[in-house]
Amino acid sequence: MNIITAKDVNFYYGDFHAIKGVSIEIEKNTVTAFIGPSGCGKSTFLRLINRMNDLIDGSRLTGEITVEGENIYRKGINVDMLRAKVGMVFQKPNPFPKSIFENVAYGLRIAGVRDRVYIEETVENSLRGAALWDEVKDKLKKSAFELSGGQQQRLCIARALAVKPRIILMDEPASALDPLSTSKIEDLIYSLKNDYTIVIVTHNMQQAARVSDKTAFFYLGELIEYDDTRKMFTKPQKEATQNYITGRFG
Amino acid sequence: MKHTDSEVKKLKNYHIEMWNLVQEQIDKSFAALKNNDKEAAREVISRERMVNAQELVVDHHCEDFIAMFSPVAIDLRFVISLIKITNNLERIGDFAKGIATFVIEQQSKAIDAKLSEELSLDKMMENARDMLTLAREALIEEDTALCRRVLMMDDLMDDINRNAPQVLGRHIQAHPETAEEMIRLYSLIRRIERIGDRTSNIAEEIVFYVDAKELRHQKKL
Repeated sequence: MNIITAKDVNFYYGDFHAIKGVSIEIEKNTVTAFIGPSGCGKSTFLRLINRMNDLIDGSRLTGEITVEGENIYRKGINVDMLRAKVGMVFQKPNPFPKSIFENVAYGLRIAGVRDRVYIEETVENSLRGAALWDEVKDKLKKSAFELSGGQQQRLCIARALAVKPRIILMDEPASALDPLSTSKIEDLIYSLKNDYTIVIVTHNMQQAARVSDKTAFFYLGELIEYDDTRKMFTKPQKEATQNYITGRFG
Repeated sequence: MKHTDSEVKKLKNYHIEMWNLVQEQIDKSFAALKNNDKEAAREVISRERMVNAQELVVDHHCEDFIAMFSPVAIDLRFVISLIKITNNLERIGDFAKGIATFVIEQQSKAIDAKLSEELSLDKMMENARDMLTLAREALIEEDTALCRRVLMMDDLMDDINRNAPQVLGRHIQAHPETAEEMIRLYSLIRRIERIGDRTSNIAEEIVFYVDAKELRHQKKL
């Protein structure tokens, strides 16, 4: 079942045509990797899925993106609700200047949740879900900044999980991390797909090959090829894809 | 040239060195068989270890390439194919040694010209040699049309092999005292036929590498 569907999506930053006629269907409970050279539009397209580009002056979208069958660009949609449903993890860990506990509880509190027991349970479950609970359970009141980079990134994932999203968008989530932390994030992505749909932007070809079920290759704002990851990394259909993944681009 | 391309080229060169060695072994063993040249046969046997050594060289370079370049797509298919082609070449080298051993240990005189003609032995050896040469060219030029020609040429090897028991049977009936010799000769023909099979395997691997198409275990091209 498709959870995200894009139909002939075009996106402009002023005069710049950043996304050109992209159509894609993303299945529920899968990991999809967006790959492509810098400036190809993969992060822009990722951010369209939870309307993160809305705040950019002069930006404009045509076409349609649906999440769970609902057009997310229709008038009157609650963008906060959309972003709770479609969480996001960024390249650099961005914990709030708060305790570990409060970072995870934050989304619940701004959503108006007051039930202390529910919040505590959700924080624990989210930290467990992000494979961080065992490392932080005895220091939940400590500042999030005391955690390592890899732990901070998993904390951000826990923060996203706390508001019970359906989809998690990850924009190069491991690019600022050492190999061990990267491996933990990849393991986490693998386990999270049982409960969530994950879309990840990565420059690391091996990471895309390891963690994703499907891979989409973007170039100059166009979706060049989208297929099973196994096929993309063994028998890509387009020459441009082959040149990119084998490092012979440009 | 991109770093990966230069590594691929280097790997191919190591592999072609092995190919040259094996082709030389086949040529020499066939000539030794035809001329009952035991000296040439001994040379083939002593050079067999060079083929084996080169197999290890290619394998080690393939291992390094996988470890250091994490190849994908055509590069991955290339290195997988190369490992398999190398293995097939090594086996072809073994057949050359087997033919040379036959010449030294079991051949008292050159094969009777009439019998050889009836068996199409020369044609078989020439075909095996041509298949190998063509497959080598297919790899260098990445030309899968040549691979398809190689695969078709294997039919002739199969035909000759299939015809051999009848010819040899008739010969044994006419000259019962040569029965043992004829049985040995048949095992030799089987070896040459296996060279064709191994070369066909190589051609299939080249198609997999270049066109990403699987021909193995398929009846038709």
